[in-house]
Amino acid sequence: MSNINFLKPDKANLNTFLYLGSFLFFISILDVFLNSFFRLNLIGFLPNFLSFLLPLLLGFVGLYFIRIEYSGIKNLDLLNKHINTNNFNAVLSLLIIFIIIKSLPPILSWFVIDASFAGDSKDVCTGSGACWTYIKVWMRRFMYGMYPNAEQWRINLSFVALVLLGSVGYFATDKFKKYLTLYYVVIYPLIAFLFIFFFISGGPVFFDFSYGIIAAILSIIIGFFIPSKFKFYYFLIVPLALYVILKYFLFFEEYIELGKLDGLNWVETGAWGGLSLTFIISFFCLIFCFPIGMAFALGRRSEFPLIRYISVGFIEFWRGVPLITVLFMSAVMFPMFLPEDFFIDKLVRAIIAISLFEAAYVAEVIRGGLQALPRGQYEAAKSLGMGYWKMHIFVILPQALKLVIPGIANTFLALVKDTPLIFVVGLLEIVGMLNLAKTNPKWLGFAMEGYVFAAIIFWIICYAMSKYSYNLEQKYKTDR
Amino acid sequence: MNFKLKDIVPQLITVIAVVLIFGFFTYNAQINMENRGIDFGYGFLSQESSFDVQFSLIEYDGSHSYFRAYLVGLLNTILVSVIGIIIATILGVIVGVARLSPNYLINKFAAFYVEFFRNIPLLLQIFFWYFAALRALPLPQDAEAMFGVFFLTIKGLYVPAFIWQNFNIFFYSIIAVIIATIVIKTYAKKVQENQGKQIPVFLISIGLIFILPLLSFLIGGVRLSFEVPVLKQLATTSFIYEGGVSLPPELIALTLSLSLYTATFIAECVRAGIQGVGKGQKEAAASIGLTPNQVLKLVIMPQALRIIIPPTTNQYLNLTKNSSLAAAIAYPDLVLVFAGTALMQTGKAIEIVSITMFTYLTLSISISILMNWYNKKIAIEEK
Repeated sequence: MSNINFLKPDKANLNTFLYLGSFLFFISILDVFLNSFFRLNLIGFLPNFLSFLLPLLLGFVGLYFIRIEYSGIKNLDLLNKHINTNNFNAVLSLLIIFIIIKSLPPILSWFVIDASFAGDSKDVCTGSGACWTYIKVWMRRFMYGMYPNAEQWRINLSFVALVLLGSVGYFATDKFKKYLTLYYVVIYPLIAFLFIFFFISGGPVFFDFSYGIIAAILSIIIGFFIPSKFKFYYFLIVPLALYVILKYFLFFEEYIELGKLDGLNWVETGAWGGLSLTFIISFFCLIFCFPIGMAFALGRRSEFPLIRYISVGFIEFWRGVPLITVLFMSAVMFPMFLPEDFFIDKLVRAIIAISLFEAAYVAEVIRGGLQALPRGQYEAAKSLGMGYWKMHIFVILPQALKLVIPGIANTFLALVKDTPLIFVVGLLEIVGMLNLAKTNPKWLGFAMEGYVFAAIIFWIICYAMSKYSYNLEQKYKTDR
Repeated sequence: MNFKLKDIVPQLITVIAVVLIFGFFTYNAQINMENRGIDFGYGFLSQESSFDVQFSLIEYDGSHSYFRAYLVGLLNTILVSVIGIIIATILGVIVGVARLSPNYLINKFAAFYVEFFRNIPLLLQIFFWYFAALRALPLPQDAEAMFGVFFLTIKGLYVPAFIWQNFNIFFYSIIAVIIATIVIKTYAKKVQENQGKQIPVFLISIGLIFILPLLSFLIGGVRLSFEVPVLKQLATTSFIYEGGVSLPPELIALTLSLSLYTATFIAECVRAGIQGVGKGQKEAAASIGLTPNQVLKLVIMPQALRIIIPPTTNQYLNLTKNSSLAAAIAYPDLVLVFAGTALMQTGKAIEIVSITMFTYLTLSISISILMNWYNKKIAIEEK
């Protein structure tokens, strides 16, 4: 205890250094804490610049004192290992702690303490905090856009139904597991179509699609009894024929419209909006871009040069241009390319544009997976006598897709984050609705609340998706 | 030549399908344009544009041609992209290294930053900065000066302008520094290969960078003065700053959000790159007696860069393409000026959208060719 060298903390004087160091560290934190939470300035008597630097200095000296290797005290060693390895790290750690302490009170007071939640007009928002009343009043618009209030149950019902139907995979018993792929690739999207166009859009559009659905389901059921030799030709011809028969010969539209089915008002796509539109667009683009991307990925690795060049051209073209110009194209240029009377809804045009755009990215991701597979897999499949399609469907693609789960998840995340861009074609999803609400003369000056609200929602969606993709990756990870 | 029907048929079908689709589109386009009385052609590029652009790097007003308007937009896009790339790279490298820090707090702080900014749509971030954050800035008359010369106001950031005399001499001295550094570096490499001596190239070039331009000031007659922005009253409540350079709030919001967003992706690339270098490499380098700095400079970085550069290039491309979101906050970039205003005025949808897309395509393909070349150059030559 006799000779204490304050420049060199050592284990011999452990207690002295420990008490002194933790005291100084504690004082520095306390000072910043009181300063930021209670506006008390313990060292206000000092000159201005010193009172700013002093906590940092005190804390630094304190951390320096307690930086004793192998002290034998578990917590101290942990502390030293994690935030206090050297002087530089100590300063950075202190700065981060101070920043957190300093920024907590203003953030808390803006979000919760000074914020106003009650009421339903602008008048209650007098405090310095956020005006969550604004969000509360506009909630329906942010969620459903201009969709009529009375009809919004249709959107809710469809989404709940789709989520329930989508979770079938978790409850399926082993007996039905082999049909899951068929279900998710063919039946589920069709049901989704039905829901979107029957419930959400309403009106006569439903009938066209219902013919399609009935034709598809009928042909699949009959398809089980067709010998596999003719299955290809069967699926090429019969569904279309069934559709035509249903539409033009069996059910006349007037006949169905006389029935009880047309109780739903037609809501044009221009009125759709808000978060539900984000979901609808993401969902459909996700469904479409995956098969297109897969086709072009295979095309890019095809042995036929012409197919390869066309695929490369397609992929590089879409990857080289920004999405906003693609949407511009779909808005102003695409109608010029279609016959005069042929009208495609702008939502459909936007979905086509985004799907093609993302398909190029998906194609590149899948190509990465295809390239990463060892040649032996291809050769083994070929030596078993498998043809091109059999080889890819049963051997190559299952392995390649497993490899690229993170990449595909990233592309889908990008897709979700790109949906706000549809403001270019005049559709307003949640960010667009925010911009609209912001300019409402009754509710001026609440831009911040709106953007923070949308940011939180998007953050939750995207973060959940990325975590889910990580889980998938872990689940399907096979040792190679 | 072995003619195989099996090989020809799929290709033929694909080509015919593509040709049919394109033919269908062109046929319809022709009919539509005839019906609407629009003629196809790029002649409008030389016509007078008669619209104004609020922020341009080159001299431009309504009397200039549409081509000049195109150039204005293109230069503005490039300006945002270059500034964004520089900031994003610096920030991304710092955050990426911080994510590998053994310090728990720094590590988590960097992770928080990445997870936070990566999962919010870029457009939302741009709107946030432009409509919410920058709108909270003070009016010009209330703005406090930063370091006495910068003024951050609701109307933009005002910075002092450089006023050069004999700028060309200064410019030549900078070029001389670059050439001298390259020469010294080559010489040092030769010396090291022949005699094993190391010349402190870095210190010498730092010295040169300071000394030569300084000489150009002392001897060459280069003069540099600053034009500080000054507050000027237009009316009783309307103030602006005069002099200096003013950066519009659109530009600030755009570069800020682009670089904050892209930096998260670059940080992940950097992290993956550094983690991708095997631990054995570091240990091997240390065991042959290299100092920690040398280990980083000669062993880790060259290998990490090989992993880092290709995905980072992709991010640069993404940033350039994302800069087209400028149209949403009325920053006059290529999309807003050309595909927006010019298209509205001329109605030449096909020509203008195709030029815009072609420009972006050229930009991205040229960057990717450049980076592929660099990538090939630094790739490991396996024997």
